[in-house]
Amino acid sequence: MPPLINLESVRKVYGEKVAANDVSFAMPPDAILGLLGPNGAGKTTLIRMITTITAPDSGQIYFRGEPLSGYHPTQIGYLPEERGLYKKMYVGEQLLYLARLKGMEKNDAETKAREWLAKFELEDQWDKKVEELSKGMQQQVQFIATVLHSPRLLILDEPFSGLDPVNTTRMRKEILRLHEAGTGIIFSTHRMEQVEELCEYIVLINHGNKILEGKVSEIRRQFQDNRFRLEYDGPLPPDLLERYATTDATPSTIDLQLREDQRANDLLRYLLDHDVHIIGFRELLPSLNEVFIKQVAQVQPDLSPT
Amino acid sequence: MKNLWLVIKREYLTRVRRRAFILATLLTPLGLAVFIAVVQFIFSYENDEVRRIAVVDQGQVFSGQIPDEKGLYFRFEDQPVDSLKARAGEEDGYNAILVIPEVKNPKSQDFRVQFYSDEPLSLDTELAIERRVEKAMRAYKIKTLGLDESALKSLNTDVAIRSQKITVEEGEKADNSMAGIVGAGIGMVMGFMMYLSIFIYGMMVMRSVMEEKMNRIVEVVISSVRPTTLLLGKIIGVGAVGLTQVLAWMVLIPATVFLVTLFFGFDPEAAQQASAANPDIDPEEMQSLVERAIAGVMEMNWWVIIPCFIIYFLGGYFMYAALFAAVGSAMGDDLGEGQSLTIPITIPVILALYIMMAAMQAPNSSLAVGSSFIPLFAPIVMPARLPFEPPAWQIIGSLVIVIAFAAAMVWLAGRIYRVGILNYGKKSSLKDMARWLFSKY
Repeated sequence: MPPLINLESVRKVYGEKVAANDVSFAMPPDAILGLLGPNGAGKTTLIRMITTITAPDSGQIYFRGEPLSGYHPTQIGYLPEERGLYKKMYVGEQLLYLARLKGMEKNDAETKAREWLAKFELEDQWDKKVEELSKGMQQQVQFIATVLHSPRLLILDEPFSGLDPVNTTRMRKEILRLHEAGTGIIFSTHRMEQVEELCEYIVLINHGNKILEGKVSEIRRQFQDNRFRLEYDGPLPPDLLERYATTDATPSTIDLQLREDQRANDLLRYLLDHDVHIIGFRELLPSLNEVFIKQVAQVQPDLSPT
Repeated sequence: MKNLWLVIKREYLTRVRRRAFILATLLTPLGLAVFIAVVQFIFSYENDEVRRIAVVDQGQVFSGQIPDEKGLYFRFEDQPVDSLKARAGEEDGYNAILVIPEVKNPKSQDFRVQFYSDEPLSLDTELAIERRVEKAMRAYKIKTLGLDESALKSLNTDVAIRSQKITVEEGEKADNSMAGIVGAGIGMVMGFMMYLSIFIYGMMVMRSVMEEKMNRIVEVVISSVRPTTLLLGKIIGVGAVGLTQVLAWMVLIPATVFLVTLFFGFDPEAAQQASAANPDIDPEEMQSLVERAIAGVMEMNWWVIIPCFIIYFLGGYFMYAALFAAVGSAMGDDLGEGQSLTIPITIPVILALYIMMAAMQAPNSSLAVGSSFIPLFAPIVMPARLPFEPPAWQIIGSLVIVIAFAAAMVWLAGRIYRVGILNYGKKSSLKDMARWLFSKY
């Protein structure tokens, strides 16, 4: 199966600013792809090119192996970071309008829209004007408008910003359900910790450059640096700190940094020998945030993330 | 194409359905009718103060009678002025005294009469008295100077120009006496319609663009529709709204004005009085005037005027609406600060209006002809010139320029629009907009 989305040396320049500097990446089919980077890194620029809102200055974008064309927007659902609806339009009418712009037939769109509203317990809001809805409801309606036409690819730009915990949970559930059903999802955010829980594949960008791409688990393993967390009870061997370096400690845990010639098994054996009461022992993998900072420092030593 | 239709439909329906639109469409004719009724009422409001005027006709100018009118009563008195003055304050007495002195020189064109009253002389009363004395003086002078009244009457000659064409084509009436006035009237109406439509509906397009930008819906919409399609749909949709409103007004305004004048204000007796008070207009002459005016209207080359007007109307609307849309897309979140961006558009519209009015006076002046080829002016100036039958090459040339320019404006506005709508935050400058024109997409 060809990648759902494939960028080849995509470049976009605004005046002096290089918003996308020959970015290439391939999105595995049906993955949840995290598009990560600080504010102003060029995420929205990339998304606008994928959604055909703008075109690259050079390079090519492929949707399931085909060069992006006027037909593909009907296969894409896009929830922009800057969100909004027509305030004076009725909820039902608005959903139908947006769905029909995506190429749906009227009857089909209406059935689907009612189904989705029922799912969010908004079925009574069909004849309400958007401005009469609460903010949370408006965001749900907007989400429905994004997914109504059953897109092959769903692009969510900071989808959880401004959502309360209840709605965040509900939307996360729906996103995962859509993913189960085979929808590819691009999830753009500057909040790395959200991605770690949701995404299996990430693309890291900074200042228009792609700095990293790959599976989350592999990337973290790749950046693992031999750190381990020990949870314990009771006393620790007195010479532990002479043998091993420590990075952090609480009364019940201690983080240990192993040198390259030190092995975790030796550490464990040593602890067992000293009859330490071990509650837990695991490798500490770096967070994506740490990976990002490390990688940025490596690729662009003079530029640190904002 | 299907999306263009969807956009047009949405723009049209959401606007036409709005309470503000329905109210404006229904209330404007009503408001106009009420305004007319009020104006009529104010002007027909009769003077309710009563003046009883003693006339001391020392010069024997009046031959024994002065017509009264409501609130103004005249009575001849032989008493000396001083004794009348003494009685002035009494109840039911006179509250003014008019003294007509002896006429010393019947050939003098000046004549002074004296008016005594504690109340200031109102303009109405002053005119009424002057009219009466002037009329009496005329009769008096004719008598004392021994003139022949019918000879005098014959001095007044009413000159009317009957203009005719030199080359009369078959089936065409030669008489085009009223063409000038009728043409000016029709031209003026068309010019004003253009002016108002450009402003009202051009602004509506601008607001529509700003609304989408500020609601942040636009990014979702242009992920399914090309920005140019969206822009075009907006212009056409709002144009259809304007057409609906104008058509509704064309029916409603005459109807309500007719009804209002029927129920209020209009009193046949008063109308008769008014025409009686204006004896200079000969009813027969009036008849022929109306007939010639109608003939003038019929004589207009409507087969040229109407299609041309429609093209100018559309061309003008499209070019200005596109400009307004471009400006709307450049506006920031602060509405007030963006208003200055509309100035470069409103100036040509207003200039065109003045040129149009000048063109009414001299439809073939070099100013009028020149402006017909300036695309921003032509849609307002040229319709006003059409009734004066400008040469065909001017009409065709101007039409071609207007159509080409309107298309170019829509295209250029599209280029500014697609960048502008995604530029959130602060308003953009004219320089930014110029840069967007040449930016890659």
